[in-house]
Amino acid sequence: MNIKKIMLFALTLTMLLLASACGNKDAQGNSQNKNNGAKEEQGSGSIVVSGSSAMQPLAAAAAEQFMQKNTKADIQVQAGGSGTGLSQVSEGSVQIGNSDVFAEEKEGINAKDLVDHKIAVVGITAAVNPDVGIKDISKKDLIKVFSGKIKNWKELGGKDQKITLVNRPDSSGTRSVFVKYGLNGAKTAEGVTEDSSNTVKKIISETPGAIGYLALSYLNDDKVVGLSIDGVEPKEENVINGKFPIWAYEHSYTKGEPKGLAKQFLDYLMSDEVQNGVVAKQGYIPVSKMKVERNAEGKISNVK
Amino acid sequence: MNSRVANKIATGVFTAIAAIIIFVLVGLLSYILYRGFGKLTLDFLTSPSSDFQAGGGIGNQLFNSFYILLITMMIAVPLGLGGGIYMAEYAKPGKITDFIRSCIEVLASLPSIVIGMFGMLIFVNLTGWGYTIFSGALALTIFNLPVLVRVCEDAIRSVPRDQKEASLALGITHWHTIKTVLIPSAFPTILTGVILASGRVFGEAAALLFTAGLTTPRLDFSNWNPFDETSPLNIFRPAETLAVHIWKVNTQGLIPDVQEVADGSSAVLILSVLLFNLLARWIGSLVHKKLTAAK
Amino acid sequence: MAKEFSTASERLLKKSNRAALKMEMRGKSIVLISAILIIAATISITIFLGTKGLQSFLVNGINAVEFLTGTVWDMGKDGGNGPSYGALPFIFGSFAVTFLSALIAAPLGIGGAIFMTEIAPSWGRKILQPVIELLVGIPSVVYGFIGLTVLVPFVRNHVGGQGFSLLSGMIVLSVMILPTVTSIATDTLRSLPGGLRESSYALGATRWQTIYRVLVPAALPGLLTAIVLGMARAFGEALAVQMVIGNTKELPSSLLDSAGTLTTIITLNMGHTTYGSVENNALWSLALILLIMSFIFILIIRYLSSRRQYR
Repeated sequence: MNIKKIMLFALTLTMLLLASACGNKDAQGNSQNKNNGAKEEQGSGSIVVSGSSAMQPLAAAAAEQFMQKNTKADIQVQAGGSGTGLSQVSEGSVQIGNSDVFAEEKEGINAKDLVDHKIAVVGITAAVNPDVGIKDISKKDLIKVFSGKIKNWKELGGKDQKITLVNRPDSSGTRSVFVKYGLNGAKTAEGVTEDSSNTVKKIISETPGAIGYLALSYLNDDKVVGLSIDGVEPKEENVINGKFPIWAYEHSYTKGEPKGLAKQFLDYLMSDEVQNGVVAKQGYIPVSKMKVERNAEGKISNVK
Repeated sequence: MNSRVANKIATGVFTAIAAIIIFVLVGLLSYILYRGFGKLTLDFLTSPSSDFQAGGGIGNQLFNSFYILLITMMIAVPLGLGGGIYMAEYAKPGKITDFIRSCIEVLASLPSIVIGMFGMLIFVNLTGWGYTIFSGALALTIFNLPVLVRVCEDAIRSVPRDQKEASLALGITHWHTIKTVLIPSAFPTILTGVILASGRVFGEAAALLFTAGLTTPRLDFSNWNPFDETSPLNIFRPAETLAVHIWKVNTQGLIPDVQEVADGSSAVLILSVLLFNLLARWIGSLVHKKLTAAK
Repeated sequence: MAKEFSTASERLLKKSNRAALKMEMRGKSIVLISAILIIAATISITIFLGTKGLQSFLVNGINAVEFLTGTVWDMGKDGGNGPSYGALPFIFGSFAVTFLSALIAAPLGIGGAIFMTEIAPSWGRKILQPVIELLVGIPSVVYGFIGLTVLVPFVRNHVGGQGFSLLSGMIVLSVMILPTVTSIATDTLRSLPGGLRESSYALGATRWQTIYRVLVPAALPGLLTAIVLGMARAFGEALAVQMVIGNTKELPSSLLDSAGTLTTIITLNMGHTTYGSVENNALWSLALILLIMSFIFILIIRYLSSRRQYR
């Protein structure tokens, strides 16, 4: 029952923790420096990857495989959102920041400092409840649906059902890509707003007349119907050859050119093993397959 | 209306209200346990979670929850005890004491998300630690401190006055009296309060979203060196707790078996809280018996 | 701290030896540090959130009045008229769910408290009390999860709308704050002097008459405190509400419409935005509103407790 002892203990503990925090940082720095200098074959040291929640599983799975091969390396993959990832990487508090949008599109980030590594491509399309009775939509009509000008599926030749919009948060990368390339930047009307593709899919499949937007990998069953846009089916090959307009990169950003373990890990992400393995398995399109590419301004060009 | 009839009706209404409250709880509990019970296999409880495939467990999350709780309590209980002793024994009525009391009230009524955001500002960004268990524990300490101060203060105040005065009359100093008389006899009440507060901390999610993070790094459960990166005991690693996990799989998750994982996790959370509650009660009654028997 | 020695212990202290004095001082400083930390935490939360929350007005030049009264919250990503930060829909949403849930939880909670103290004290203490304590302990995410899997589909199929609605949010919150209201109301009623009841019964009043003519008026400030504390909890709840309310940015026009609250917009957008950007600062301003509201709730509670006759 000696409070003083307990207090002292707590105090020492706190001190100890603080000390170990500093210690950890030093160790981190050292191992990286060593890495840069010696250029060992085996990756070693430790880096932190942060950012997009959607990309976290991909990065984590790849990191897991990488660490199995390079047992001395330690890669921590955190999630927190694209904004957090970009902020942290430009501050230098993490080595790699994942984002589902171009850094140029985020306000408050000095994109010039950052080097973009495009890891994968994700196709996105409008998805509707199967009862709606529509499989194809023109871009013009899609804009009208999402801006609230068309309020019933009847007007598009579907069932007599009220249209219910399922949105993503304003700052979501999926939303900005869909609005930019699917709706030509039109302003969307209000609707239920959810962050997770799973939840969005669930709402669409359960609510009559619902429409939202999902990554192509979520259209693998008949619970929701992915719409063709202007007659182009939302398929991987149509994204690859540039016919289907709504797609985005998954980016990994580094501050300046990557060095040491960060570089090794990024190289590993671009290797066939990951591109055709984890990337494909998680429903992304390997960036190496793409026949077209897009820059931050949205200009499309053929891959040379 | 006849006053007796009115009386009967009123009694009926109040009984009905009590029944509704009990019904809600029983309904909630049985629903959660019924849904989650099938999931409660050893495998589910110990295997690591999966980010995108079905069939992940909650092993790391469960460990994180208990570990964050432990760290939080290691910081919060001494502080809460100190604060409680100060308020009960040293504080003189006046402006400063009133001010401290207001501070406790403010802290107690702060929404946990606000505490989480403050934690992000200070313990995550300003210190440069990033999402860590320690940041989370500090945020939870703020969240928890007012409750603990109040528990300790009440417990110390409820110690019979003559006990304290007898000790003081023997010429024992104030601090020594606190240490040897007040705290030991207030101990059972404090312990009960601490356990109940633990239940609250265990289920807290909003304060941890921005402080302890949404991920758990690879953990090596054979490595118990707290300063090692992959050690589960390392407090400078991000840690997703069970409560945060439920929120994450439901609102941001990519795994297809959201329902199953969330069902199982909810059942574990509820069972843990139930356990905390029973433990608190059990200790309370045990000590009560001991005290009354000794008298 | 004042230096005069007023308590018995300190008078005794003067006589005791130096070692004891030293211990006494050390003990006192330990507890003093704890007290100072509490003050420091409160002040730093206020200052840091205050400065961070004011940045959107001071640095980014958002008009504070427009921020509080505007109805369009648009980060300017979808074209339209560019960014506009009007938080009224969220402020309204927060107040709406708070008051509506208090409307359900108050009668239930106070009714439960009356049952426990006046109608069946022994039974109430044995069964209802643990039930209430357990309900307090259920984590809010679990409430949210059950709301999402049970309540939302139920509302969609049997009441109407999409299920994600003000109504769902209100029900989840009222169950959440019910135990808070009940337990504080119970404490208040228990602390009433027994003489009140006895004299009322002695005058021939029925139980019901005693309750609503004597006990409830006497306990009114305390009962109101219970409700306000419940409301404070509802106002700040984030995750459970976010899971069921639908998170739109528009003012809801009916109970079945989706809505958003101050907390939901913060949790949804915090991770996607970058530190220091306008949209991020605007979220911190919302957090500042939450902070100010909890100060206001405290002021209300203080006012109420100053009017309490029986403690």
